[in-house]
Amino acid sequence: MAERLLEVKDLKVRFATEDGIVQAVSGISFELERGKVLGIVGESGSGKSVTAMTLMGLTRGVNARFEGEVLYKGTDLLKISDEGMQDYRGNELGMIFQDPMTSLNPVYKIGDQIVEAIQSHERVDKRTARARTIELLRQVGIPNPDTRVDDFPHQFSGGMRQRAMIAMALSCNPAVLIADEPTTALDVTIQAQIVELVSRLKDDFNSAVIFITHDLGVIADIADEIIVMYAGRVVERGSTRDVFYDPQMPYTWGLLGSIPRLDRPRPDRLHTIEGSPPSLINLPEGCKFRPRCPHAFEKCKQEPALENRVGTPGHLDRCWLDVDFKRDHRDETISGDAAAAA
Amino acid sequence: MTVLEQANGSGDGALLEVRHVKKYFPIRKGVLQREVAHVHAVDDVSFAVREGETLGLVGESGCGKSTLGRTLVRLLEPTAGEIIFQGKPIQDLGMRRLRPLRREMQMVFQDPYASLNPRKRVGTIVSDPMKIHDLGDRAEQKRRVGEILETVGLSPEHYNRFPHEFSGGQRQRIGIARALALRPKLIIADEPVSALDVSIQSQMLNLLDDLQNEFHLTFVFIAHDLGVVRHVSDRIAVMYLGKIVELSPAEELYRRPIMPYTEALLSAVPIPDPDLAAKRERIVLEGDVPSPISPPSGCRFHPRCRYATDVCRQIEPPLVDYGNGHLAACHHPLNVDQATLQEVSVAEQHTPAAADESALPRDTSGSSNPSGVSGSDTHSR
Repeated sequence: MAERLLEVKDLKVRFATEDGIVQAVSGISFELERGKVLGIVGESGSGKSVTAMTLMGLTRGVNARFEGEVLYKGTDLLKISDEGMQDYRGNELGMIFQDPMTSLNPVYKIGDQIVEAIQSHERVDKRTARARTIELLRQVGIPNPDTRVDDFPHQFSGGMRQRAMIAMALSCNPAVLIADEPTTALDVTIQAQIVELVSRLKDDFNSAVIFITHDLGVIADIADEIIVMYAGRVVERGSTRDVFYDPQMPYTWGLLGSIPRLDRPRPDRLHTIEGSPPSLINLPEGCKFRPRCPHAFEKCKQEPALENRVGTPGHLDRCWLDVDFKRDHRDETISGDAAAAA
Repeated sequence: MTVLEQANGSGDGALLEVRHVKKYFPIRKGVLQREVAHVHAVDDVSFAVREGETLGLVGESGCGKSTLGRTLVRLLEPTAGEIIFQGKPIQDLGMRRLRPLRREMQMVFQDPYASLNPRKRVGTIVSDPMKIHDLGDRAEQKRRVGEILETVGLSPEHYNRFPHEFSGGQRQRIGIARALALRPKLIIADEPVSALDVSIQSQMLNLLDDLQNEFHLTFVFIAHDLGVVRHVSDRIAVMYLGKIVELSPAEELYRRPIMPYTEALLSAVPIPDPDLAAKRERIVLEGDVPSPISPPSGCRFHPRCRYATDVCRQIEPPLVDYGNGHLAACHHPLNVDQATLQEVSVAEQHTPAAADESALPRDTSGSSNPSGVSGSDTHSR
């Protein structure tokens, strides 16, 4: 068995705000082994970014409350002091942020920013750090890295900036790479390049990846396991094949049905998930997806636990519906055409 | 679809026609601000948009699709060429004569966070176009704003709210409401869904579809994602470095891409199916779009094209009609059989010949072909 790098147990994150307590993450658990890719999927506000930032220790503050455990190689990161986190951040856990336009400092050269990242973690002189930076830029596919290293962020295109961000995240050889919507701001062609790059680098650096996205299509061919989040909860979790070919949660169906698909005939109308995600301050009773779920019934007023309800081991969901009923009815949501007739 | 039968390019029933439009931006240097070079953002583009149709305009960042969109409504002045709207050339009109036409053409912008004034209320944002064009009195304007907000799926109670109180999807609805305020005929939508979550994106695409039916709108829909464009478009134009490299009826483009660039774009669209995604051939385009300041010689796509030969480096391929209203500019067209190819080379351009069915990739089901999965086995020179 591969080495278990990360184990998150029932993590809860709450923020106190003027309007009340925001329950950003309410109980998420997962394990991550070396060499694996975990996909976390959900709409804006489902708690996927807060989860990622909490792993990195970036959500700490006077108004934040944490429960549960984040075990990295057996050490609980939530109990480590802010200074102590410095040894993990970058070294052990690297993060790629969503927006490469705003995550790079516009007044420093790309190379200097990566050199700074290396030097803040390792005792190396500037020349060695610079040589390593050039090598990193080459590995992430920047052409002419020995000259481009002295460019400013504005001289890079969006795709190249994201590559530079990835180079920075990889600069200290982290064991876990957290990619928070790394492709959302990019063109589809560049998106394909970045996804391929992340999965290649995972093998080169022998690391594990957490890939966060709102588009299930992006991670179809690279994720090993997928977690679907809604309103701060895990609503479905399973292997990539389980989630795509035997999805149990109507919310997952909705996400799958929303994607305009090139591999199927064009439907008259795309499926949509009606309404919007609930406020995390004032969550609905029972199943959190009930107000938007077309199949909701009486029992949904109680919240279902995250359990294994299908035969496949490791495939968990939060839905009271009968498994056979779901298998009969989900296609009308996922393929869209029947949804238009309804 | 009657639009498919009509010849491409010019034709009756065209709401908007574009002939050889160019848009160059000067690059100035030195104390005297001399023009040292030009950015060839849009370089000799011609097409027509028929009344009631949706033309998709696809390409990567920097291919000039947004510049073209803005030039169409004269938010940017074209460097050369003609823009004909409802039969009248508008490229030289002065502001006073242009203004009434602006009522007929509106834009929806990409970023719903940046395109709404944060200090104005929703009611003001949507009613300002009516004020500018002096439509109705205040009570009438307010009533119409309420109506429009309802059509785009917001509520009239939102009249006095500020943009920051809305989510991204709702903001985009406000942007669409503002574009609809003057009951335009033509809407240029510049990447209206690329900043949104997939679930919200599908709501928006359905809304645009409904509005088109309800108000008989004509759309020019600009996007980089061929999956999204397919869903809304009747015809699709693929742009690369300021040029249209392929123009085709929507479904035809997906079944039978002729230009290798289109093939690559199609293969980059994620398929939410792990088995299909693993099976299909991914053509990953290396590098970025080259600089439009000094575009590559010959075919502009040749440095990134896997089929490129010497002729591609030297001679720029013309836009050739392969039948069915399917135009493409390529020396090594994909998915075209010998017979069509010969006819095309004899007649040079505008061959009315219907495309031979055998030219299609192994697609016997009659339904749409999972693009990229079957590959381009009929590639011939």
